[in-house]
Amino acid sequence: MTGSGFDAEDLLRRVAPQVLGVLVRRHGQFDACEDAVAEALLAATAQWPDQGAPADPVAWLVTVAGRRLTDLYRSEHARRRREEAVHAQAPADERLAPAAGDEAPQHSDDTLKLLFLCCHPELSPPSQIALTLRAVGGLTTAQIATAFLVPEATMAQRISRAKQRIKATGATFAMPVAAERAERLRAVLHVLYLIFNEGYTATSGPDLLRTDLTVEAIRLTRAVHGLLPGDGEVTGLLALMLLTEARAAARTGPGGELIPLADQDRGRWDADAIREGVALVSEGLKGPTLGEYLLQAAIAAVHGEAPSDSETDWAEIQWLYQVLDRVAGNPMVTLNRAVAIAKVDGPRAGLALLSTLDEDKRIAGHHRVDAVRAHLLELAGDHAAARESYLLAAKRTVSLPEQRYLEERAARLG
Amino acid sequence: MKYMLLIHVNPAVMATLTDEERASIGDAHGEFIKTIQESGEMIGTQALADPSNTVVVSASGGVPVVTDGPFGEAKEVMGGYYLVDVESKERAIEIAKMIPDLQFDGLTSMEVRPVMFSAGTDM
Repeated sequence: MTGSGFDAEDLLRRVAPQVLGVLVRRHGQFDACEDAVAEALLAATAQWPDQGAPADPVAWLVTVAGRRLTDLYRSEHARRRREEAVHAQAPADERLAPAAGDEAPQHSDDTLKLLFLCCHPELSPPSQIALTLRAVGGLTTAQIATAFLVPEATMAQRISRAKQRIKATGATFAMPVAAERAERLRAVLHVLYLIFNEGYTATSGPDLLRTDLTVEAIRLTRAVHGLLPGDGEVTGLLALMLLTEARAAARTGPGGELIPLADQDRGRWDADAIREGVALVSEGLKGPTLGEYLLQAAIAAVHGEAPSDSETDWAEIQWLYQVLDRVAGNPMVTLNRAVAIAKVDGPRAGLALLSTLDEDKRIAGHHRVDAVRAHLLELAGDHAAARESYLLAAKRTVSLPEQRYLEERAARLG
Repeated sequence: MKYMLLIHVNPAVMATLTDEERASIGDAHGEFIKTIQESGEMIGTQALADPSNTVVVSASGGVPVVTDGPFGEAKEVMGGYYLVDVESKERAIEIAKMIPDLQFDGLTSMEVRPVMFSAGTDM
């Protein structure tokens, strides 16, 4: 067994979806299998660091989870008949490692099938997120609860509810039919995007960055990219995450205060992550379609490659936002486009575009509108109005660091 | 996103309810709790005792001063809260609309407010 460099958790998290895939294919019953695998992972977490990982971790986990599954059935008298079925189906070779050519090729498909199942459209986004992190990410319920700052019981219930719902819809562990595939992949990518965002900008609370979730989102998206390397949106999402995460260290000051893009010390950006993100964008742009993630990544790449704010190619960014607006327009895109237009054509042009959002109910009362307006008014030299907008934005945000930042901007103009 | 659903009760309206009506509200809260627990949205809830039990601590000349009796002279008093973690503001409002007290006009107003900072809770 390995020495000090061995990271049991890392290994477990990587193989978790493979183990679950093997089990679900053998026994069906996604919900019971998912519980059994979670318990096998816990057992491994307890044993492996001391006793060492087995030669074939997947086979070990499949065996332990399979036994656990049998126990689960056994403990429920009402399910006696199924118990017999499991015994009949579970071959004695559970203790043997699968032959290399036997199950290995299915592993990749398994991860995708699990993602499609966990991100089933019948589930609410919070349920999709929780189930994805557990069943595909291999995180424990306690870890997920901590990441989202909710009690473990709340998260456990959310996961169990999600599994009940999947059962009720009759969804199976299979690739969606071709006609549904694109739409279902969009749902998967959206869930990965939400996980990243939750980690990147905590929606509430004192910590602006919840690193674990961003790392996990990147890890899962990287896995999907490995499985679907030709999909421009998967490539785009991975690039977007890398390029955004690359700026994390420069995004907050020593006191946890927010530092806007323009004022960030670009020497603190992660050059490797930017390089990888930019390369992914270039690769994605060779493809036939320009999707929303790829476009957002392309914008992040322009920022990533700019030596300073003043040397940023704002015309390019404005053009990309214009395309994004056509592909997947929404008020947030308009908001960002207003900033880009202000950089190219002056703050009044940005404010004019911003005013088109005044009647938009989808974003009414959102602090970002007031924050952008404040910024553009400040650029236009209207300090009194800018100050008022900063204060309104500060009042409306539910993020403490953001509130501090906005109040400080207002104070500078006071 | 976490939302605090604050329950503001009008004691004058509460006083007009029959015992059965009050008991039915209590039962319905039990059902309501079950619903948002099962959906994995409930973080916690507390119901507060009658405001006549309240002690108010305020400051006078930089020194804390303790007085007995209800807080302020408001027509409505804080009856308790539900703390939930939900997908959106819309869902928080949807949950607030499910509060059983709302079947009686003027009895309760629900205040739906986003949470900005949490600490000390078991999570």
